[in-house]
Amino acid sequence: MAVDTAPQIEFSKELESFIEEWKPKPGNLIMVLHRVQEEFGYIPREAAIKVSQLLDTPLAKIYGVITFYHFFKLDKPGKYNIQVCMGTACYLKGGEDLINEMENLLGIGVNEVTDDGLFSIESVRCVGCCGLAPVMIVDGEVFGKVTKDELPEIIANYRKQG
Amino acid sequence: MAVKNFILVCGGTACESSKANDIFNALKSEVEAQGVDKDVQIVKTGCFGFCEKGPIVKVLPEEAFYVEVTPEDAKEIISESIVKGRMVKRLLYVDDTDKKKEDDFDIENIKFYQKQVRIVLRNCGFIDPEKIEEYIARDGYAALEKVLFDMSPDDVINELKVSGLRGRGGAGFPTWMKWNFTKGVESDQKFIVCNADEGDPGAYMDRSTLEGDPHSVLEAMTIAGYTVGANKGVIYIRAEYPLAIKRLEIAIEQAREYGLLGEDILGSGFSFDFEIRLGAGAFVCGEETALLRSIEGNRGMPTPKPPFPAVEGLWGKPTVINNVETWANVPMIILKGGKWFNSIGTEKSSGTKVFALTGKINNSGLVEVPMGTTLREIVFDIGGGIKDGKKFKAVQTGGPSGGVLTNDFLDTPIDFDQLTAIGSMMGSGGMIVMDEDDCIIDVAKFYQEFCVEESCGKCAPCRIGTRKLYDILDKISKGKGTHKDLENLETIGNAMKKAALCGLGQTAPNPILSTLKYFKDEYLEHVDDKVCRAGKCKDLVRFEIDPEKCIGCTVCSRKCPVGCISGERKQPHSIDQSQCVKCGACYAACKFGAIKKS
Ligand SMILES: Cc1cc2nc3c(=O)[nH]c(=O)nc-3n(C[C@H](O)[C@H](O)[C@H](O)COP(=O)(O)O)c2cc1C
Ligand code: FES
Repeated sequence: MAVDTAPQIEFSKELESFIEEWKPKPGNLIMVLHRVQEEFGYIPREAAIKVSQLLDTPLAKIYGVITFYHFFKLDKPGKYNIQVCMGTACYLKGGEDLINEMENLLGIGVNEVTDDGLFSIESVRCVGCCGLAPVMIVDGEVFGKVTKDELPEIIANYRKQG
Repeated sequence: MAVKNFILVCGGTACESSKANDIFNALKSEVEAQGVDKDVQIVKTGCFGFCEKGPIVKVLPEEAFYVEVTPEDAKEIISESIVKGRMVKRLLYVDDTDKKKEDDFDIENIKFYQKQVRIVLRNCGFIDPEKIEEYIARDGYAALEKVLFDMSPDDVINELKVSGLRGRGGAGFPTWMKWNFTKGVESDQKFIVCNADEGDPGAYMDRSTLEGDPHSVLEAMTIAGYTVGANKGVIYIRAEYPLAIKRLEIAIEQAREYGLLGEDILGSGFSFDFEIRLGAGAFVCGEETALLRSIEGNRGMPTPKPPFPAVEGLWGKPTVINNVETWANVPMIILKGGKWFNSIGTEKSSGTKVFALTGKINNSGLVEVPMGTTLREIVFDIGGGIKDGKKFKAVQTGGPSGGVLTNDFLDTPIDFDQLTAIGSMMGSGGMIVMDEDDCIIDVAKFYQEFCVEESCGKCAPCRIGTRKLYDILDKISKGKGTHKDLENLETIGNAMKKAALCGLGQTAPNPILSTLKYFKDEYLEHVDDKVCRAGKCKDLVRFEIDPEKCIGCTVCSRKCPVGCISGERKQPHSIDQSQCVKCGACYAACKFGAIKKS
């Protein structure tokens, strides 16, 4: 593969200076990948190639790390990523039912994106609000003590915002 | 003019998500609107622990404790509590059993707090974690000062030894020993690491501690640096905890400004500084050797011990690694003395333990109790008993590495050794309460699935064993299990305990082995009678309509997602069993109890 040609992706100024700052520090890869994902919402292949060049790290090692950690995503999530908690507390209080209902409503499975690119569903482990179980996070907003019946309205509200 | 009242608003993650921020802003604008902004200081604190009733607002000095507050309540809180000096009765918390107390509200009467002793959480809910001045005002950094100027490294180790402090990350290893090992090794560089990976799903003690009192951890790690001769601290924290990360960053920045970090701390000649490293959602990275590999920027795979991190840790250098809660105890031990700490708790487990009490319990939240408190006190006195008047079934402690505690152990004092003796473990402090509607096989399966996903795959016993165990449980939950399967669960589980490389694989069979021991009858019911008494294992459940009770209201047939319920209006309905997906929607919807689950 043409890994030595310059990858077709722009990094923001902030991202570039972040990489510059971390470059001399040993063990920087995971911190840099976090920052890349913050910028793009996932880690595009082009970005991985660029990081490999900037940090002088083999691409294979980068993919080794990305695929090991659940937090890093290889595919672009929907504009509104719906994270349903499947930690123990939420599981006991019906987290699975929420996921099933969400799948029904949106017609997609976990880790899939709707055709319009608006929604994706993710199952996550304990977000640390177990007192509010079952918990769901949409685009950073936390919904606690969620019931199945509330889901259509929550989705409709985000759909309205487009 | 001096401030007359303080209003504390919970700013922990759980409360923030339930609109604490809006409440904070609403209170701010109300004090201005009502012209009392000079008399009142509004503070955003860490978690009060009573997450079930959040968001919480506390008004000082009268100690009014308002629960489930909304931004719309701000106006009344200010006009009543502040301007007129009387409490807003409708927002006050009262134990359900004690309705009459409403008239003479006293915070001391809240059962949730009565049996708690707060050492680790001493500042959570009292100070603004984003202001170092407030930490200092509550004796913050006094322990560091004492250590730097009045104590030798050996004095510190000795104080820890007297205290009997054991690691709160799960294993309960004596903290002074770890420090002493590292101290004894000659090296040009050493590291102090904080394990804030908190991977146990359903536990959030470490998160709340860092969000509510970040300086206590920084202070403790600096003390450790002085004691063992290290100049660098690394905090490894889950990326899923953005608020805790932000507060740590602010705390480090402020400590530097005050000369409590960096070069030549307080003119003592000792230098120490921090770096924050983010985890990325891998449970195994909570294991200390895997955690170190992750800080080094690699896949988080554990390495065999020995060498122990205390001797050969981060970048091959001697490293002290402790859990957040362990750290948070240290400044108090230095200030109040090891003897004081040792007087709390049980003989072999001193001090307190913070638990995240969740599941089918009335008062979910964070509780800190002396070691040796019984399960009954935690579940029934503090936790207020089981939700909806259901029957208590079991408590799971130690997460995916732990086991269940049944009715028989309600009066067992809880400490490290007692829990291990009955086949569970302390773990990091998750305490998940189950009621009669929870199926023990389903729960064991849930944890096993977790372990399958989280096994790093390096060693065969864990990689293959977790999968095998899961498959067997799945078979049992579908009514296809045999007695041979039950035997195999034990054989495989015991083999993994001996052969797996790290703690993950060694403890992964625990939830199964422990439930097999205490709930054998339930396993046998699934195997022999093909029955799941809790009705959780879908393949074993059957929903039927009792024609005597059904009045033909049609609610169930409208709720059924697959349309398998038919019947005329005002006539008894029936379920087509071949189409039923056992979702239970009809069961939940029927107001006449006409749907039977068996
Ligand atoms: C699979 C596994 C997961 C662990 N997860 C955590 C964790 O999330 N947090 C933690 O502090 N310790 C965790 N530990 C324990 C650490 O390996 C280590 O014992 C601990 O950080 C030592 O600190 P302490 O002595 O203060 O307890 C885990 C251990 C294993 C085997
Ligand atoms: S289990 Fe869902 S937030 Fe903790």
